[in-house]
Amino acid sequence: MLDSQEGYVTADGRQIGGVVLELKNITLRFGGVVAIKDISFDIRKGEIRAIIGPNGAGKSSMLNVISGFYNPQEGDVIYKGYKRPKMAPYKVSRMGIARTFQNIALFEGMSVLDNIMTGRMHHMKAGFLAQAMWWGKAQKEEEEHRAAVEKIIDFLEIQAIRKTPVARLPYGLKKRVELARALAAEPQILLLDEPMAGMNVEEKEDMSRFILDVNDEFGTTTVLIEHDMGVVMDLSDRVVVMDYGKKIGDGTPDEVRNNQDVIDAYLGVAHD
Amino acid sequence: MTTNATQGALHSVPALLARNAVQFANATAYREKEFGIWQSWTWKQVAEEVRAMAMGFLALGMERGDYVAIIGRNRPALYWSMVAVQSVGAIPVALYQDSVSEEMAYVVEHCGARFAICGDQEQVDKVIEMQETVHCVEQILYVDKRGLRKYDHSRMNWLHDVQEEGRAGHHRFEAEVNKRSAELTYDSTCVMLYTSGTTGKPKGVVLSNRNIIETAKASSEFDHLRSSEEILAYLPMAWVGDFIFSIGQAYWTGFCVNCPESAATMNTDLREIGPTYFFAPPRVFETMLTTVMIRMEDAGPTKKRMFDKYMAHARKVGGAILDGKPVSAGDRLKYRMGEALVYGPLKNTLGLSNIRVAYTAGEAIGPEIFDFYRSLGINLKQLYGQTEASVFITQQPDGEVRSDTVGVPSPGVEVRIAENGEVFYRSPGTFVEYYKNAESTASTKDAEGWVATGDAGFFEEGTGHLRIIDRAKDVGKMADGSMFAPKYVENKLKFYPDILEAVLFGNGRDHCVAFINIDLAAVGSWAERNNIAYSSYQELAGHPRVLGAIQEHVEEVNASVAQDSMLSGCQVHRFLVLHKELDADDGEMTRTRKVRRRIVEEKFADLIAGLYDGSPSVYTETEVSYEDGRKGVLKATVEMRDAKVFPTAARMAAE
Repeated sequence: MLDSQEGYVTADGRQIGGVVLELKNITLRFGGVVAIKDISFDIRKGEIRAIIGPNGAGKSSMLNVISGFYNPQEGDVIYKGYKRPKMAPYKVSRMGIARTFQNIALFEGMSVLDNIMTGRMHHMKAGFLAQAMWWGKAQKEEEEHRAAVEKIIDFLEIQAIRKTPVARLPYGLKKRVELARALAAEPQILLLDEPMAGMNVEEKEDMSRFILDVNDEFGTTTVLIEHDMGVVMDLSDRVVVMDYGKKIGDGTPDEVRNNQDVIDAYLGVAHD
Repeated sequence: MTTNATQGALHSVPALLARNAVQFANATAYREKEFGIWQSWTWKQVAEEVRAMAMGFLALGMERGDYVAIIGRNRPALYWSMVAVQSVGAIPVALYQDSVSEEMAYVVEHCGARFAICGDQEQVDKVIEMQETVHCVEQILYVDKRGLRKYDHSRMNWLHDVQEEGRAGHHRFEAEVNKRSAELTYDSTCVMLYTSGTTGKPKGVVLSNRNIIETAKASSEFDHLRSSEEILAYLPMAWVGDFIFSIGQAYWTGFCVNCPESAATMNTDLREIGPTYFFAPPRVFETMLTTVMIRMEDAGPTKKRMFDKYMAHARKVGGAILDGKPVSAGDRLKYRMGEALVYGPLKNTLGLSNIRVAYTAGEAIGPEIFDFYRSLGINLKQLYGQTEASVFITQQPDGEVRSDTVGVPSPGVEVRIAENGEVFYRSPGTFVEYYKNAESTASTKDAEGWVATGDAGFFEEGTGHLRIIDRAKDVGKMADGSMFAPKYVENKLKFYPDILEAVLFGNGRDHCVAFINIDLAAVGSWAERNNIAYSSYQELAGHPRVLGAIQEHVEEVNASVAQDSMLSGCQVHRFLVLHKELDADDGEMTRTRKVRRRIVEEKFADLIAGLYDGSPSVYTETEVSYEDGRKGVLKATVEMRDAKVFPTAARMAAE
């Protein structure tokens, strides 16, 4: 195992830093159902970390633990070296962890631009009244946030739908808007829950490129859940494999691919 | 820069820029929407940017006579790079950004480009990919940094860094840039553009400063272009038209070039800018009209009635008002009302409110589409041109605009029609040569400077307007010696929304027959409205009421063809509606959806024979390829119909 301070260099030559977030012996129960059973792994600065597993393996629950939506009965979440106490999800988000959802959760009636602006919420300092009056500091502040949002719009190539209400967009674009909103929060850790579910090949390719570009451009640590094996193996630096709430594998895509437990549980027989 | 300007002779684009930087110093020269805001640059700033770029190019070792490939969407920085390249005595070569790496590789290798200036990562990747086979490119420069940070930069530069380097070293480079810019003459090469080339490999058309500047000057004067014009630069930079409009005319008259935010935001940007001078191929105007019509179908009954009433009035008098013809005061008043209620808001939505001059060219435009825009008071005109002519061969003067001609010869252009009907021209804009292709140069341009267009056409008696009828190689003779111009008739047929494709036969025969493809979308929705049930394309195509409707169209076309004494022999005597759509997968069309006449003729020889021997219907089997590559056989009995033909107008008068 790697030391928690020391980084490593990925296959494509990116320098990965020390541990940002560590999950220690997490167990999560819903009544009698054990969703996650004694799982530990870490997430390092700048890496793309995938969580894979069959349906019902507990992947989304795991993501919800990281985002603070669920509080595990046992185990600790250690963020930037400190044990994170039980806290509301909005506070977690304020600490630099942003996410997208498996079922898109955007404000359907609002424009793309406004949706992304909501991602800036934690960075806004002016009071409610000042913002409503668009007065003084609030005015200057909104301009700054708009500029930041415009950079993201440019980055994700969604200029043409800037003013379009989200409800009118096709699925693939909604996913991209959701990513834009998460990015607007300038997160240190970005959680993506099945960013490519229900997309066609071309949309998947676009989304993959954006995830890589985000990591490349902003150095954002990314945790993603994905079903498409090809995508996971191409994108991620390290992969955690879950099955029935347990961790059955952890390592680089190649290591995971050759792990007998993983093959048996999930991937089937290797074809080479 | 001022030293260049005072030399007086405006014999190169850099010299024009130097003049503009003084004359129009603080007027806006370029705008580009970025991060949601229109950023703008004055002529003075542009001159500085270009100068910094030119000095940076010197630092990279750009030599006189080097070719520099420029690939990307319309962005100010790429336009500046063209002028900067010229300033150091090198030659810009703009490439189509959507071409694949292999196509680009041919062009880059052919001109031996030492530098490639790319818009973004996508283009850089293509250049890197081609370097496996083509080794002439020494340096890659790019405008948009995104995604390129981790690339090997030993032979790659961000354009901005190149400019900074130029600025930093201005003491070293200034004199050299001035010297090289001053060396440019009217005869030095301004730009090299590759023609897409329907046959064989693309050819590099060398255009001199004389070609570009003389053409820009003459055409600007023709339409009285002013320095206050606004244009939207959205057509490919590799196309000669964009070079003439966005560089030639823009630098000559000093107007403002606006670059859209991205290809997808074109319509929004058009509305925000409201250009005064606009060019678009017929397809763009067609799409705009369709969008309007579809949205009007969804409008409330009051609005719909108002729209229909005033549009009918516009069709009646709008064109005449635009042409300055006499129109009664009552009609004028009603047209004003319409302007306030319908035309004005509509033009505003389309972004065409401020248009003074708009052009369309490239292919035939449907008369309804053309008249629609003119009736709204938009001065849409046609021109005829090609790369080898620096665009302009003929164009329509204000007040003499019609959908079926391409206008009178542009100022300074001589046009003559050869024996076989082919159009030849000679002008100051006539290209210098095809680069490294003396053979093609000689076969296209003769010793006296006449250039063959490859199109057949004729001058209309009385008006002196040129009418283009077809590609010269497709024009044939009927058995009685009269002219056979299939495209002319096919275009007339295709202007009906019901008809997707038409193929006319009759070369060497005594009369013409035609194949028709119906447009499934248009005819299908018509069938739905009229309660006509059908289960397949084939069934719809064979429906008697569809045939009846098509027959009406064919007879209307015959009546209009009969008006033309030269081409009245091309009237359609018999026709059929094909049981399958002509398809590129079956080799019947090219990928760009042009009918392959010869293949269609061979494949459906039995049907053609049936049309000529007078049989009422013919049973036929056709092999088709499905999208997944499987083959199948389509069996059909195709009905053939006679169409009414009309006596020739001229002959009637003579008798």
